[in-house]
Amino acid sequence: MRLTCSKIVVGACLSLGAALGAQAATITVACGGTGPDFEFCKRNAEDWAKKSGNTVKLFSQPSSTTDSLALYRQLFAAKSSDIDVIVVDVVWPGVIKDHLLDLKPYSKGTEKDHFPAIVANNTIDGKLLGMPWFTDAGLLFYRKDLLAKYSLKPPGTWDELATQAKKVLDAERAAGKPDFQGLVFQGKAYEGLSCNALEWVYSHGGGTVVDAKGEITINNPGAIKALDAAAAWIGSITPSGVLNYAEEDARGVFQNGNALFMRNWPYAWALAQAADSPIKDKVGVMPLPKGGGAGGQSAATLGGWQLSVSKYSKAPAVAADLVMFMTSEAIEKERAIKGSYNPTRPALYKDRDVLAANPFMGQLFDVFTSAVARPATVTGVKYPEVSQAFWDATHDVLSKKASAADSLARLEGKLKQIKRRGW
Amino acid sequence: MNQRPLLGTALLYVFAALIVAVSTYPFLYALATSFKSGTALFGTSLWPSAPTWRNYVALFEGELPFGRHLLNSVIVSTLTVALALLMSLTASYALGRIEFKGKGLLLMTVLAVSMFPQVAVLSGMFELIRALGLYNRAIGLIVPYTVFTLPFTVWILTTFMRQLPIDLEEAAIMDGCGPLRIVFQVFMPLLWPALVSTGLLAFIGAWNEFLYALTFVVEDTERTVPVGISQISGATAYEIPWGSIMAASVIVTLPLLLLVLLFQQKIVSGLTAGAVKG
Amino acid sequence: MNSRTRTAWLFLAPMLVGLVVVAAWPLARSIWFSFTDTSINDIAGGKFVGLDNYIGEYGLFLNPNYTLGFWASDWGIAIRNTFKFAIVSVALETLAGLGVAMLLNQDFRGRAFVRTAVLVPWAIPTVVSAKMWGWMLHDQFGVINQMLLDAGLIAHKIAWTANPDYALWTVVAVDVWKTTPFMALLILAALQTLPGDCYEAARVDGVHPLRVFFKVTLPLIKHPLLIAVVFRLLDALRIFDLIYVLTSNSSSTISMSGFVRREMVDNGNMGYGSAASTSLFLMILASVLLFLRVARVRLSEHAR
Repeated sequence: MRLTCSKIVVGACLSLGAALGAQAATITVACGGTGPDFEFCKRNAEDWAKKSGNTVKLFSQPSSTTDSLALYRQLFAAKSSDIDVIVVDVVWPGVIKDHLLDLKPYSKGTEKDHFPAIVANNTIDGKLLGMPWFTDAGLLFYRKDLLAKYSLKPPGTWDELATQAKKVLDAERAAGKPDFQGLVFQGKAYEGLSCNALEWVYSHGGGTVVDAKGEITINNPGAIKALDAAAAWIGSITPSGVLNYAEEDARGVFQNGNALFMRNWPYAWALAQAADSPIKDKVGVMPLPKGGGAGGQSAATLGGWQLSVSKYSKAPAVAADLVMFMTSEAIEKERAIKGSYNPTRPALYKDRDVLAANPFMGQLFDVFTSAVARPATVTGVKYPEVSQAFWDATHDVLSKKASAADSLARLEGKLKQIKRRGW
Repeated sequence: MNQRPLLGTALLYVFAALIVAVSTYPFLYALATSFKSGTALFGTSLWPSAPTWRNYVALFEGELPFGRHLLNSVIVSTLTVALALLMSLTASYALGRIEFKGKGLLLMTVLAVSMFPQVAVLSGMFELIRALGLYNRAIGLIVPYTVFTLPFTVWILTTFMRQLPIDLEEAAIMDGCGPLRIVFQVFMPLLWPALVSTGLLAFIGAWNEFLYALTFVVEDTERTVPVGISQISGATAYEIPWGSIMAASVIVTLPLLLLVLLFQQKIVSGLTAGAVKG
Repeated sequence: MNSRTRTAWLFLAPMLVGLVVVAAWPLARSIWFSFTDTSINDIAGGKFVGLDNYIGEYGLFLNPNYTLGFWASDWGIAIRNTFKFAIVSVALETLAGLGVAMLLNQDFRGRAFVRTAVLVPWAIPTVVSAKMWGWMLHDQFGVINQMLLDAGLIAHKIAWTANPDYALWTVVAVDVWKTTPFMALLILAALQTLPGDCYEAARVDGVHPLRVFFKVTLPLIKHPLLIAVVFRLLDALRIFDLIYVLTSNSSSTISMSGFVRREMVDNGNMGYGSAASTSLFLMILASVLLFLRVARVRLSEHAR
């Protein structure tokens, strides 16, 4: 009996294998430059490969995202089919929209299970160019032990933050910590500064540089107030070195116990709570403060990554299948629990297992749903230029080379030039 | 050997020590960092309190085929320099020792080629490499590297060729040597300092090149060392793994230093070889 | 054409063929792009726009939108930064290189070791040494600030690379550290190739070593020295890596090459970027020709 059974099984396997072999494809995935990103992605991709009978090849991209984007654009220009699936930053869809595949036919409507804001960000001209994979938003980290020591409550507005920072800084420095800083953030002239600046501007009711209709709105009193306030921090509660700080520099200062407040992405949490961290269990996380006055609100810049398929892929349907697999609920949940990757599915923020591993995610749910998007979708291909003009203008104000009013007026002129006749 | 005053000798050694210190301090710092890990990396002390080989091990055991990268770099740099020196040797004889019309213009044109910023020729070079079928192969990098190596080697060798005494050449011609023999048998031994210096500098230039290596080679096993180093990543998207990067840099710099040590002799030898005297 | 000239062209052939094969298409393409409005998004779709990228409303020069003047525009600032950087760093590197080469030319114990040590800055990959220096110069954890503070030379930590006043000069310092070996090695080769009899004669005559240097050595190595300077100048005017990695890379510290890269690679404006790079090329060409003229280097000199 058994022999016959196994013969049937073998026969079935062979024919199944033949059927699968007929459509087996090799998909090249570029899904991360860094160690853990790569490891996770690799494991998930290989699982999919086994399940679907395809092979997967992994491409390790440069660790700098600017280099990655430049590389992809070069490959797209050559219509190369070397890479099928790529990880796309939240601001890239508009830039590389002409080279990405519309995923609507393959998603079968599953995109409505993800945050609408992110899906809207990835949808251009009615085409879904990327499936949301994990998300990010700017947060305020603070030393709760120090706030308690000086009997302060977490700040609600930027002005409160500045006052508190100054008070604690003076006291700590007098008590023998000459390098103590009040606030650290990302002030280097790069995309990170655009994120920070957008938060300041939006929280003061200053809009989003370019509004959803494509109008240039940056030159307004709210924005001017925001940038002037930020410039005042440099030299008083923020070291002037911040003008060259990226995420890790700011985190380094905070992690060493030398700062009261830090603006950074959620990734810093896990590292602050690491076993050898000097500030373990002394850190609190909260939404960023509001700007003062009417129209003031808390603003966090939307970050995060999506998965897209290149238009030049030789096996688009198979590649799209991989994308759907990676962004499925099961995989996002696993990534949330094991790697603290913020899911893009609202349902997972109520999932018990996810919240057990990251209590943090439940508290900040509102931050993620209300995160402010950079004007990447509306400015499309010209977004890199727009962002660069914005961070340059901000950097000038921060380094006291120009007043906010002058700088933003000039920025407006520059943006008009970039816009030319239309985005 | 002349007698040097004692003060002169002392100053010499002090000066030498100073130069060595300034030149190598950052390297020693990198070396020390490569033995640190974790939060110790953010400390300002020079020596690690708990040295570890972890960074080195991780390099070769990790995802990235670092050993392969080293091999690719060696092959590409060696071939680039060898080809460039070969082509330049004969060319420099013509440019340095023969009078002909258009020489000045030719020299300036060759120099002009290396006046373009690297990034400017990126697109055109990309098209050329794909057309030649060399895309995504380490060997293909020889094409863009030659663009910037050749003018340099031509000019430097030409300059040194010019300095060689004319009586040597005349004697060789009278002996019945053809120009090829003159170049390779008479002049080349005298040009060792120039050849080695130029070769070393060109080798280092090709070894450390990043932009083209990043854009024209996408396949992991075909990549070269600078790109390999840039791919070494930390625990998060923003973390810079200093320990691993420093370990990689140490590994990458050592072969170059070894090369210099090996070719030391050649830089020194030269006209002391008696051929010039008398 | 006499046989000598024929030999010359024959000997030049391999090099010329090699150069044409690798350089002709990319360079020509780059110059062509500068006259179009090509974007990286659609390379084939660039339209010819004449001198629009160079001059006029959307151009580099004579742009009416430069309300604060040419030298306050991004491109003008880039030009200023680049020349400031190039002139100072090449001058310093030449002097330092000369000093080091003279030292290495002497015979002393441990010479091989010193010679190898001297080459270390040049041998370390730029991506690494720039990051290394950036780390050492960090305003909070940098070891340089620590050392200066401990030695009492500064009152509080300085943001060497972030402060716009110091940033460019910090980059010059790091570049001098990195590139002096290049000059030193080339000058050393020149010194080693010198005939020893001149020195012997001068020493026998009891001439002061300094006079020997200025009157004998320097003139003899003048030609190779100047060529080395030319190549350094070429490279310095195209500086990109160091500024990109060390400084915050805002418009106020950007170099011309950085501007080109930003336009071509980050913003995808290949036409505009190529115009900038062609302008850079022309400026380098002019500078080199000027330098050669001033230094009275004649390219068609006979062998001596």
